[in-house]
Amino acid sequence: MNIHDPLSASARAGASAPILDISGLAVAYRGGAGWTQVVRGVELSLDPGRCLVLLGESGSGKSVTLRAIVGLLREEGAKVEGRVRVGGQDVTSLTSAELLRMRGGRVGFIFQEPMTALDPVFRIGHQIAETIVQHRGVSWREAMAKARELFDLVQIPSAERRLQAYPNELSGGLRQRAMIAMAMSCEPELLLADEPTTALDATVQIQVLLLLREIQKERGTAMVFVTHDLGVAAEIADEVAVMYAGRIVEHGDAGQVLLNPAHPYTRALTNCVVQGSYRDRRLGELTGSPPDVSRLPPGCSFAPRCISRADDCLRTEPARRDMAPGHDVACLHAGSLSASRPD
Amino acid sequence: MTVDFSRMQAPLPLIEDHGGPQQPLLIASGLRKEFRLSDGLFGGRTVVHAVDDLSLTVGKGETVGIVGESGCGKSTAARLIAGITPADDGEIIFDGESFWTPRARIDGERRRAIQMVFQDSASSLNPRMTLTETLAFGPRAHGVSTEKARAYARDLLGAVGLPPARFAERYPIQLSGGQRQRVNIARALAIRPRLLILDEPVSALDKSVEAQVLNLLVDLRDQLGLSYLFISHDLNVVRYIADRVVVMYLGQIVEEASSADIFAAPRHPYTRALFASKPSPDPRKRVSAPPLTGDPPDPVNPPSGCRFRTRCPIAESVCAASRPPLAAMDVGGTGHRAACWAALPGSGHSLSPRVPASVLGSVQ
Repeated sequence: MNIHDPLSASARAGASAPILDISGLAVAYRGGAGWTQVVRGVELSLDPGRCLVLLGESGSGKSVTLRAIVGLLREEGAKVEGRVRVGGQDVTSLTSAELLRMRGGRVGFIFQEPMTALDPVFRIGHQIAETIVQHRGVSWREAMAKARELFDLVQIPSAERRLQAYPNELSGGLRQRAMIAMAMSCEPELLLADEPTTALDATVQIQVLLLLREIQKERGTAMVFVTHDLGVAAEIADEVAVMYAGRIVEHGDAGQVLLNPAHPYTRALTNCVVQGSYRDRRLGELTGSPPDVSRLPPGCSFAPRCISRADDCLRTEPARRDMAPGHDVACLHAGSLSASRPD
Repeated sequence: MTVDFSRMQAPLPLIEDHGGPQQPLLIASGLRKEFRLSDGLFGGRTVVHAVDDLSLTVGKGETVGIVGESGCGKSTAARLIAGITPADDGEIIFDGESFWTPRARIDGERRRAIQMVFQDSASSLNPRMTLTETLAFGPRAHGVSTEKARAYARDLLGAVGLPPARFAERYPIQLSGGQRQRVNIARALAIRPRLLILDEPVSALDKSVEAQVLNLLVDLRDQLGLSYLFISHDLNVVRYIADRVVVMYLGQIVEEASSADIFAAPRHPYTRALFASKPSPDPRKRVSAPPLTGDPPDPVNPPSGCRFRTRCPIAESVCAASRPPLAAMDVGGTGHRAACWAALPGSGHSLSPRVPASVLGSVQ
């Protein structure tokens, strides 16, 4: 069996070292009935300047994986195993002080709900300048000037006035832009975004997505973007990793994964995208519910809901193997399913 | 999954049809609702026009979808029609009879006629009631014996895909989001309504579960001859389930047409922008420039004239001067209406269609 090698991705892309390299990441939380394993062996590698989308449903472990990158789980009492390297630096071995320096410095973070991530009692400009002073050690005056530049970068109109505003005085779209400005304030090499557009209206969501895409390309910032929305993934991703029950079940270029999915779960997801009218077609269904990670079956976690399940799926947990260059999938029968794709 | 209602013994009678098939099930006209907000400790009072002169009809067996962004008044409109929030003004005709007038109480059989399903499946269920108790509650309130109501509750659970042997005695917390939403749908159906108002019923669900619930809703509508008023911000969902679509912006309807017409040829610039903002699941079809800039304006101070003009790519001076009427867009009578000066012949907008002399008489 061809075990996925995390080094192969960087070897493909040439000599540049990956900005993010995760191997064997496992995360468990203590619950009423002992430890629950919510992330089970995630392998990931991302080259500088690339955008990776972690796609999955609630409980798939995508947000936890993202938080593990900046060592946020330690304070939550989670049990974290495996190795996370950001730009060659092992996050799991950093001290708390070193972690603080990394967060907001090398790595920027954008949350889903800016209202809870921003401090309601300080003006926006103050909060951004504070980050810059902390990490760069520059004067307030310089930091405020930098904040003003950042507001231009994220295209906030009337920047002077908005810097003086409190978070509740801004609309949802402007708050999310301010949050992006803050994440970009120390010119991070890696941007982590956890469903940053989910709470926004459609016409605002697309603006923020395009802004992120633009900033990321212009500055060469690498990005890990968590979402459950295939449309959002298609809009922003260079590569897509699909998560199910705490593991990556498929990974490849956006086109490969979204247009030519190999894993039955990814196929089912693309198949139940709502389109057309009820008069023309019934929606493709994925039976059952997303799995309860505290009670996973032996073998493949997706097997109970899988239409292509075979006997060995219930016994053997599949490892990731290459389908094509840069496209790997964790399914025992992925290659043989190609002919029978339902449309 | 199959739903079979023919074998079920419903304890409450069907609400009789009075108006016949041609009579729309629901006619809402001139609905208006203002919310007064206190503006800080020393501030004056501000007024939000949540719903401003809204009229719509729902035919028998028809599904009408309402789309719009947050704050456009779509949920308030739903609550006004259901009578949950009292309207300031307006009227509802249900199957040819007056359903409520502002500030009047709705009672008896009428209370049963319209039911709602809400977005948050958890907070709309009583956490201390089992599913059987939850589903039996409505019929009991309408005079059905406890025994009969509970038996029917078990049947209903089966009908929405929750086998009663496993689910009857469970509490809401023991269910997944999709299962809870099935319970909410079953509860709404338990008292045999004719119109179901669904306010973002699938928005909080995972994508794989969303399709299950939409398929269930289509099955139930066909089997029970229901009409739906379906509210969502998700265009694909509305396109899938609705026969007719209403687009709202800042408390007003800006466009209304059959689902096929509006998606094929949207006439209002806001509708066009909304459609163009929807990301496609195909990475080869990316959006290159955002169709609109900025956020929707504050509904406390809506712009004068056409409320969309501040974000509209084709706004002109006529748009600021007065509010465009919701006017018919075709002579054929397909019911495609839009409120845009640029789409209205002879409006003075530079893009307004020229009126051929022969038609002029009929438009005036």
